[in-house]
Amino acid sequence: MGIDIEIKKRLSNFCLHMSFREDSRRIGVLGASGAGKSMMLKMIAGIEKPDSGKITLDGKELYDSDAHINLKPQKRNVGYLFQNYALFPNMTVSQNIAAGLNGDKEKVRSRVSEMIQKFQLIGLENVLPGKLSGGQQQRTALARIMAYEPDMILLDEPFSALDVYLKDRMQEELMEMLSDYKGTVIMVSHSRDEIYRFSDTLLIVDEGKIINHGSTREIFARPETKAAAVLTGCKNFSRAEILDVHTIRATDWGITIKIKQEVPKNTCYIGYRAHHFVPIWGCREDNCIRFELLSKAELQFEKNFYVKPEQENFDRDAVITWFVQRDKWDELKDKGSPDYLKLMEEDMLFLR
Amino acid sequence: MDNLSVFLMELDWSPLWISLKTGVAATIICFFLGMIAARKVMEMTGTAKAIVDGILTLPMVLPPTVAGFFLLLLFSKRRPLGIFLWEGFGIKVIQNWLGCVIAASVIAFPLMYRNARSAFELVDINLIYAGRTLGMSETQIFFKVIMPTAGPGIAGGTILTFARALGEYGATSMLAGNIPGKTATISQRIAMVIQDQDYLTAGVWVVIVMIIAFFVVFLFNLIIGKTNKNLYIW
Repeated sequence: MGIDIEIKKRLSNFCLHMSFREDSRRIGVLGASGAGKSMMLKMIAGIEKPDSGKITLDGKELYDSDAHINLKPQKRNVGYLFQNYALFPNMTVSQNIAAGLNGDKEKVRSRVSEMIQKFQLIGLENVLPGKLSGGQQQRTALARIMAYEPDMILLDEPFSALDVYLKDRMQEELMEMLSDYKGTVIMVSHSRDEIYRFSDTLLIVDEGKIINHGSTREIFARPETKAAAVLTGCKNFSRAEILDVHTIRATDWGITIKIKQEVPKNTCYIGYRAHHFVPIWGCREDNCIRFELLSKAELQFEKNFYVKPEQENFDRDAVITWFVQRDKWDELKDKGSPDYLKLMEEDMLFLR
Repeated sequence: MDNLSVFLMELDWSPLWISLKTGVAATIICFFLGMIAARKVMEMTGTAKAIVDGILTLPMVLPPTVAGFFLLLLFSKRRPLGIFLWEGFGIKVIQNWLGCVIAASVIAFPLMYRNARSAFELVDINLIYAGRTLGMSETQIFFKVIMPTAGPGIAGGTILTFARALGEYGATSMLAGNIPGKTATISQRIAMVIQDQDYLTAGVWVVIVMIIAFFVVFLFNLIIGKTNKNLYIW
């Protein structure tokens, strides 16, 4: 059961080579723009053809270059939610939902009205897509997919075209609508919030390769590579040199870090999230960075400080970002700028 | 007034029917060939695309007499294709109504081809992908999704093609000649009667051509205007 993929395709700027097996029903794919995420979905749906490889869904062979199997998209029974929803502009909501349904007219009609009810589209049956709001369009597109009873649903950056204030509502709606769907859903996104919220299993894609595959919570807590850490939102990185099993030098920050646990052997970078710094006034403690404030940005619920670690060969990339949430503002106001930023051992990311 | 009605009664109306017949036949030919060519060229890339597109558009920018010259060479009964058609099938193109149709088709073809291509290119490719993943057959997708979306552009192209084919003069006169009742189209008739200083007959035909042309452009605006009604006027 589940999905089993092993595909290769030569693209203009890199060679896409992805291989994974996954039984989880809610899979998220996170990657920068142009990393090959959408291409992977299109190959699963049969819209694009891999150069070679194999795609199997719940035991059904969709593609196998050795056996010369390449099912047409019409035969794959895979639903695809496009970024712009791709509703047929010349058809009403009802006609859109009925578009993929063939056979007995009465059955089609009852199926359509069932979908109209389920997706709260009552009263909009005869409206053209151009007159629908973003949320109504999303519901229509999903109703159209669900009417067809797909074995799998692919969501291709479903929220990227939306206004920020709509996004949260629509994400909630989508989760709710998919809650009783039994098949596998793969969501592709470059937004870590969407992925974190939606998926149980996470694949991180970089330049056409899967660089990380595991439980979503696990990967966000412990991304093993620098690329994965960047995609999960980590802002601060320093090159690292292991000195001995419990000490490591963060060269870009100019400090030596002592930890209780053993330093993972293949560590090349240390990552630290912007929210996790602890301000220290007075005496220097272990794992503290002395800094100079470069600039700050004030947002509604947090303040962002951009600071320069005190060290000789300062590199512009080593600017440290420190986010302070609202509840800490008073302390900062009373005591003034802290003397040091402390890194807590449990929050350090040891990266390859 | 009475003079005019007598004049109209006695007028040889054959140029009108020849022109309309030619226009309709050429439009039908261009409609299908233009759409097929548009699809094929869309699938091409790079230099090949530029060359093929250039050749297909050439009749629109060349003087019609130049196209007529090539057609004459091609269909002459002293040359391979002309000999083949005449001896094999008894088909005569030169000095024949078929010549009118071929000349008008060649000259009007780029209008159909270019309009169809831009209409097709405006169809969002995701609509076609969506149709496929929803299990619609390619035929269903073509008639239910592509044609309605590209429809107004194609209809506009068809109307312009008809208008151009109806008024074709240069290539037609070279290929089909000006045989009254057989290949003498309205435009050729006007040129001929002017040579005889018969301004009244010329004037009547000019009015008829203007009425048809205005009606065609009016129809075009009506159809294109429908799709553009959401545009802002600047």
